[in-house]
Amino acid sequence: MLSMLNVCKSIIVLCATFASQAIWAKADHWQMNMYKGVTPLSQDMYDLHMVAIVICAIIGIIVFGVMIYALLHHRKSKQHKPASFHDNTRLEIVWTIIPFLILFGLAIPATKVLIRLEDSAESDVTIKVVGHQWKWQYQYLDQGISYFSNLSTPYAQIENKEPKGEWYLLEVDREVVVPVHRKIRFLVTSNDVIHSWWVPELGVKRDAIPGFMHEAWARIEKPGVYRGQCAELCGINHAYMPIVVRAVSDEEFKDWVGKQTKIEDKYLESQDKPKDQRVMTRAELMNEGKAKYDLICAACHKQDGTGLSPLYPALKGSSVAVGKPISRHIEIILNGVSGTAMQPYREQFTDEEIAALVTYERNAWGNNTNDIIQPADVATVRQGNTQQPKMVNKARAGGLR
Amino acid sequence: MAVKSHTKLIVILSLLTLGMFGFGFALVPIYNSLCKALSINGKTNPESIAYDKDTVIQKDREILVEFVATNNSGVPWAFYPTTKKIRVHPGEIARLSFYAENKSNHKMTVQAIPSVTPGLAAKYLKKTECFCFERQTLNGHEAMDMPLLFHLDTDLPDYIKTITLAYTLFDVSQSAGN
Amino acid sequence: MSQVLTHDDEHHGPEQGKGVIGFIKRWLFTTNHKDIGTLYLWLAMLSFFVGGGMALLIRAELFEPGKLFVDPNFFNQMTTMHGLIMLFGVVMPAFTGLANWQIPMMIGAPDMALPRLNNWSFWILPFAFCLLASTLFHAGGGPNFGWTMYAPLSTKYAPPSTDFMIFAIHMMGLSSIMGSINIIATILNMRAPGMTMMRLPMFVWTWLITAFLLIAIMPVLAGAVTMMLADRHFGTSFFDAAGGGDPILFQHVFWFFGHPEVYVLVLPAFGVISEVIPTFSRKPLFGYHFMVYATVSIALLSFIVWAHHMFTTGIPLGAELFFMYATMLIAVPTGIKVFNWVGTMFKGAMTFETPMLFAVAFVFLFTIGGFTGLMLSLVPADYQYQDSYFVVGHFHYVLVPGVIFALMSAIYYWLPKWTGHMYNETMGKWHFWLSVISVNILFFPMHFLGLAGMPRRIPDYALQFTNFNMIATVGAFVFGISQLLFLYNVIRTVRKHGKKVDDRVWEGSHGLEWTLPSPPPYHSFSTPPAIH
Repeated sequence: MLSMLNVCKSIIVLCATFASQAIWAKADHWQMNMYKGVTPLSQDMYDLHMVAIVICAIIGIIVFGVMIYALLHHRKSKQHKPASFHDNTRLEIVWTIIPFLILFGLAIPATKVLIRLEDSAESDVTIKVVGHQWKWQYQYLDQGISYFSNLSTPYAQIENKEPKGEWYLLEVDREVVVPVHRKIRFLVTSNDVIHSWWVPELGVKRDAIPGFMHEAWARIEKPGVYRGQCAELCGINHAYMPIVVRAVSDEEFKDWVGKQTKIEDKYLESQDKPKDQRVMTRAELMNEGKAKYDLICAACHKQDGTGLSPLYPALKGSSVAVGKPISRHIEIILNGVSGTAMQPYREQFTDEEIAALVTYERNAWGNNTNDIIQPADVATVRQGNTQQPKMVNKARAGGLR
Repeated sequence: MAVKSHTKLIVILSLLTLGMFGFGFALVPIYNSLCKALSINGKTNPESIAYDKDTVIQKDREILVEFVATNNSGVPWAFYPTTKKIRVHPGEIARLSFYAENKSNHKMTVQAIPSVTPGLAAKYLKKTECFCFERQTLNGHEAMDMPLLFHLDTDLPDYIKTITLAYTLFDVSQSAGN
Repeated sequence: MSQVLTHDDEHHGPEQGKGVIGFIKRWLFTTNHKDIGTLYLWLAMLSFFVGGGMALLIRAELFEPGKLFVDPNFFNQMTTMHGLIMLFGVVMPAFTGLANWQIPMMIGAPDMALPRLNNWSFWILPFAFCLLASTLFHAGGGPNFGWTMYAPLSTKYAPPSTDFMIFAIHMMGLSSIMGSINIIATILNMRAPGMTMMRLPMFVWTWLITAFLLIAIMPVLAGAVTMMLADRHFGTSFFDAAGGGDPILFQHVFWFFGHPEVYVLVLPAFGVISEVIPTFSRKPLFGYHFMVYATVSIALLSFIVWAHHMFTTGIPLGAELFFMYATMLIAVPTGIKVFNWVGTMFKGAMTFETPMLFAVAFVFLFTIGGFTGLMLSLVPADYQYQDSYFVVGHFHYVLVPGVIFALMSAIYYWLPKWTGHMYNETMGKWHFWLSVISVNILFFPMHFLGLAGMPRRIPDYALQFTNFNMIATVGAFVFGISQLLFLYNVIRTVRKHGKKVDDRVWEGSHGLEWTLPSPPPYHSFSTPPAIH
């Protein structure tokens, strides 16, 4: 008796495991159902989804059952004589009212969960999420942390030149780290076009709209790594801006916060003279430059440097990449070109990375300038841009005194 | 062949078509007025609202107001609130400033666009002074402190406990003729 | 004398001069509803293979992770153009072609109300589509922001060819509006005496309602794309927050058009199914009155549900609740229609020629699409479905084994009437079975992909999505190649191979068009028929 009970229990557990799919740490290559997820919201969404499936399945079985019966038996080949009835008002009313009641029943849990989704109580951690073409920027407002999170899958894998890693297209250089069991508020906006921040296992999806701020929240119940992607077509590399959230204990979170460069620190740092930068070899510069270029710049300027005129200028043979002064080339990468799709990359690339990019662009595709740009050169241009501002009193704030 | 004349019907349908074309454009002011009236788009008052000194301050309620700043499309300005969050009582006036610095070498004009979340809280956040009412211009490497003076209406619903006021800075130098 | 009464103008065929010039002049200047119907249908057939080719390119790139054949920018252009061409170049012209062929014959009218306007309505389209197709070759590439054209991706960040796309859309909209005015005038004013509104065939009813929908929504689309153009070139800020505008406004205006638009796509399909099933069940349509009321309800409800495409954009709670309830409500009249079709089949005496096979598949598979639609209407669940492959699965189910199957059913059903010859039934059955199996292999796995977290409109994806993507791609190629059977069958029948057919063609057929000879005379019902 007891063993039967145990057998039943284990079968049920097995089925539940199969159905819930949330316990697997590795990705399931045959996943057929929604994630149950690790937040109360994601679980609510999953439950509602399952209720809807069951209701639809029952209706389907009944309707298709009748249909299949008719298809099999009410055929001319079975000598079935066609009836001539062609209406029945009472029946019509019945099968208007019953679906209406079913919908009413479905609307109740849906409404309940929806109201729970909108919760503006105080949160423990607030993270501003800014969508850019094509990466996410995270700013922990209370902790003073700000950084970009780029796709870290090497371009060689995308090009099929190397075997793909386990988390191909779902890995980033810097993850979003959050504490478990705390209410985390995400303030989502965009730098340019509409993006959408979606992490299925957290049950969070919020569109990032330029000029507007919208919030979403999550309370993660289980430590782990949760991956998502941009969910609104945002241009060329829409598929290449993933999200990785790492949920850790309170202590680990405090540790991690302590180790991050604070915004104020970075500002101070750039006030210094160009630090002692390391000197890189041409090979190092070209390799790192090509890797970075293929992953980030090639989206618009193309791998072969030909670009897509008139939107994205060619770099092959361009006056910027071949002509002088080199500082102009460096400045364009640092500050972008206002009014075009060329964004400033000063916050995202280190001096080393920009030096590598510039060196690569000036020597690839037959540009062959033989220019070697060192990180110190980039630092100099960066410094040249930064100077102490002059405080003025020009703010126009309207208002009545 | 006695065919009914189609003229009347054609005229009606054509007018209907033109009407719907107009309706499409009318959707713009309809959208704007509905958003303003219902205050559901997170937009705050575009013009100054005076603060009534006789307002009764609700000392038993405290609302957390957070301030967030974002640069749009890589605008090369430093732009951030000097105070990140404050706790206010509804009815109480609050004052803070945002720092803005033009880090480029040339004159630029920007427009700050506000957005409040939760969206429904926007109509209760009444601004008396705000740099978002007008465009701001700075020459290269100039900086300034921009004031913000506001209060929360005492009608603010009970369930709202946190309000986030976010500003996005847009470069409008081109349309300002810089 | 009896000849004059029963065979209208049989001796008066199309006026076609000699040689190539004669051929071109006949088709360029025709005002005959049958000719114009033919033109629309061939345009739709051509667009079907162009749009289908793009789909195959998309599925080929998605066969495996990694960059395989095309770069992401071109992929985005393919997804955009595939959508625009399938909706505006295949489904809408095909149904307009069916309307042109069938409506006058079904109501006992000699032609459409405004034959010259009819000609112009058609001939705008090839011009519009050439313009649209040409954008792929412009500097900067073609439109790459999805057929839904959200701002500011489609305004500030879009390639120069966008303006030409906008112009093409204006032309297509004009064509639809003029066609709709024509259809409404025809149906309201030119019915034979005795053909009262509540005796109209369902295909005519659904097109009447669709025509009103089109008049209401195409001008709004025109407004939306004009605002896009203004934002791009005339310094306005409809959709630009910097100038006080709102990108979400675009979504509202677009979907105010977009949601009724999908009912424009499906209502004539419902009409076709309501013609085919009674014929092959040898039983009248069940619940005619309720079918009419249900169609009207669906059309009216379609105007108040648009924001269900925008649940994750941050619209307020009250709006989410309203749009959720309104969207769920559409399931009621749609359900009535499905039940009535089943009620028509029930206790009938069915045979399963090709049109009936497609119609039965429609009822099954469109209903599955309807179920996923109901799931999508639940806002909290929609947070996980929105912009994922679950949505792609849903709308392809209602559009491909839904609308496209209805179109094929219609062609197989009426082609013998139009040409006087039967299509090849064996080839038709092969076409059906290959299509219905491959279409499910192609689109069903998309639901799993969406639930597993795969976003839409991406050319490359994480490894765990590989298996279902491979399966879908295989299904796509089988489906695509099977359509060549259809093309061959149609061409063969048009060229008069295949058995000759009589007036009735199908044993269970009813309706005025089946009282005419097959093929019907160039000018039919010059004298209105007597309705019994």
